Amino acid sequence: MSDILVSEQSAPGTGGSGRPSGRLLEVDDLRVEFRTRDGVAKVINGVTYHVDAGETLAVLGESGSGKSVTAQTIMGILDTPPGFVTNGQVRFHGKDMLTMSSEERRRIRGEGIAMIFQDALSALNPVFTVGFQIAEQFRIRRGMGRAESKKRAIEMLDQVKIPNAKGRFSNYPHQFSGGMRQRAMIAMSLALDPEVLIADEPTTALDVTVQAQIMDLLAELQRERQMGMILITHDLGVVADVADRIAVMYAGRIVEEADVYDLYAKPAHPYTLGLIDSIPRLDEKGQQLRTIKGLPPNLMNIPPGCPFNPRCPMAQPVCREKLPPLLQVGTARASACHFAEELVNRV
Amino acid sequence: MSENIIEVRDLVKHYPVTQGVVFKKTVGQVKAVDGVSFGLRAGETLGVVGESGCGKSTLARVLMNLERPTAGSVVYKGQDISKLSGGALRRLRRQIQLVMQDPYTSLNPRMTVGDLLGEPFEIHPEVAPKGSRRAKVRELLDLVGLNPEHINRYPHQFSGGQRQRIGIARALALRPEVIVCDEPVSALDVSIQAQVMNLLEKLQGEFGLSYVFIAHDLSVVRHLSDRVAVMYLGKIVEIGTEDEIYERPTHPYTQALLSAVPVPDPTQRHNKTIIRLTGDVPSPISPPSGCRFRTRCWKAQDVCAEQVPLLEIRPSSDHPSACHFAEKREIVASHEAA
Repeated sequence: MSDILVSEQSAPGTGGSGRPSGRLLEVDDLRVEFRTRDGVAKVINGVTYHVDAGETLAVLGESGSGKSVTAQTIMGILDTPPGFVTNGQVRFHGKDMLTMSSEERRRIRGEGIAMIFQDALSALNPVFTVGFQIAEQFRIRRGMGRAESKKRAIEMLDQVKIPNAKGRFSNYPHQFSGGMRQRAMIAMSLALDPEVLIADEPTTALDVTVQAQIMDLLAELQRERQMGMILITHDLGVVADVADRIAVMYAGRIVEEADVYDLYAKPAHPYTLGLIDSIPRLDEKGQQLRTIKGLPPNLMNIPPGCPFNPRCPMAQPVCREKLPPLLQVGTARASACHFAEELVNRV
Repeated sequence: MSENIIEVRDLVKHYPVTQGVVFKKTVGQVKAVDGVSFGLRAGETLGVVGESGCGKSTLARVLMNLERPTAGSVVYKGQDISKLSGGALRRLRRQIQLVMQDPYTSLNPRMTVGDLLGEPFEIHPEVAPKGSRRAKVRELLDLVGLNPEHINRYPHQFSGGQRQRIGIARALALRPEVIVCDEPVSALDVSIQAQVMNLLEKLQGEFGLSYVFIAHDLSVVRHLSDRVAVMYLGKIVEIGTEDEIYERPTHPYTQALLSAVPVPDPTQRHNKTIIRLTGDVPSPISPPSGCRFRTRCWKAQDVCAEQVPLLEIRPSSDHPSACHFAEKREIVASHEAA
């Protein structure tokens, strides 16, 4: 992983650089704001990341860090208004999706990029059978007849290991348990064999034993199909198990990007360090948890300089004045901290 | 058993399942809690873990006497809570308080923080005379790490973590001896979760509180608990000290549960074996006969379908375990002491 994209946080409105590269999916200097009655919330402030075939990029962040909004922008399901993209590109096979026609975009959804959501019960349509919702895609996008599309839908349910797939085809979502619904949604999103799968908190609503089943299933399907996967989560445990690379988000920016092993061994940003220190661990009976003091910033009023500076134990005067760009640290990682070198080189 | 502050004996809570609107008839029972016994010692934290639907929240409600148990007793210092009503119940409620999971719905949006925290004193005027209430509320806010100046704010002006602090302050207002915490940190972000957990620990030290700490997150429970009870489908399957449960679990369900918890350390990725449970939790309306876990258990034999395994100390288990084939198995790779 020596090819992390390094972005200077450019001024809004300059547009993405637009240079073609061999990447599968790239987000380039994306900026999104929400215009509400109370003011403008700057939700995404220059996010750049990419995912290649067969790899898993984990996007880690707390609520309000902009991780889900980035995914919604990629899929073109951002609510406008209030959300507006003010800058940047989302390139799929080098082509900017934000400027293409809605017809072109529609063709990419499902076949190029698919998404699974946290809450399967509200993502599935309650008035159609699960089977119908999967088979629909084969009829509309592949022009198959009823019988054939049904056969393919049952195959999909089988692939995600729903027992008695044939009988389950004509069940409604409410007849499924939480784990099964999540499986059905995975079947639906993979029906058209997408190249990239975006999984937005796929296991947050599930119990641990079911979570383990679903994460296994996702990893297995990804290997078989050599999909690129963007896993959006706040759970540092899940990330450690499946991710190849991690991008940590805070206040609409990527503050650190690194290989999964490097990130846990030696975080290069004080926010990442604070997160790792503040989780209780199953294999340790700790005394007192170290915490990150304070609260995440109000996105309508992000502090000047580094957005993390009011909560940062290492903050210096420079942090209150100058916004640290996401710069390469060493060979294979990047951090948006003025003191990243010191953090990485400390013993 | 005299050192136990709360003694729960064979607690049962069934909810009827009804059919029909005009001619209602009961067609079954949801066996939410089905024969649970344990003791809570003074000053300790008892963690209760289990997956959704295992009855841990119902247990909290019955402990508080928000629901009357179908059978069994909850004895607090010699008094059976489940039989009390009226003034006697009200007096006893001072001693046992509840912190709820969702800080967004458990606070009345139309009341200011001052009103919310002052309300307990209206019900129990003997705790604080009328004139001193405002000062008491300020003191409480300060205690849980909130700015006392914010006494006139409404809940929506606070973040999730701050609201949970308000919930904790409200539970503390009457200086109870026991606080039942029902998933108090599961709705919070990681960095805020740690702050609230530290606060709970600090308050326990300061006031000598006993906690019943209900959660689904096994790491959180380990961090806070002295003893841990593991629930499955309305029954406790294993109970013991934090070390006994996490280092030497003997019930297959506990072992599976522990093995499934993701460890935030990528270098452990290939070192651990996850016990894969198949299927889902059976319906609590018609739980399996014998051992309730047998339908998902890899050790199940004929005897498991016939005989209900009792929660007792067994030859191969140094703490009570409800499995016919209880056996030690190391799950959590002990971390080298830092």
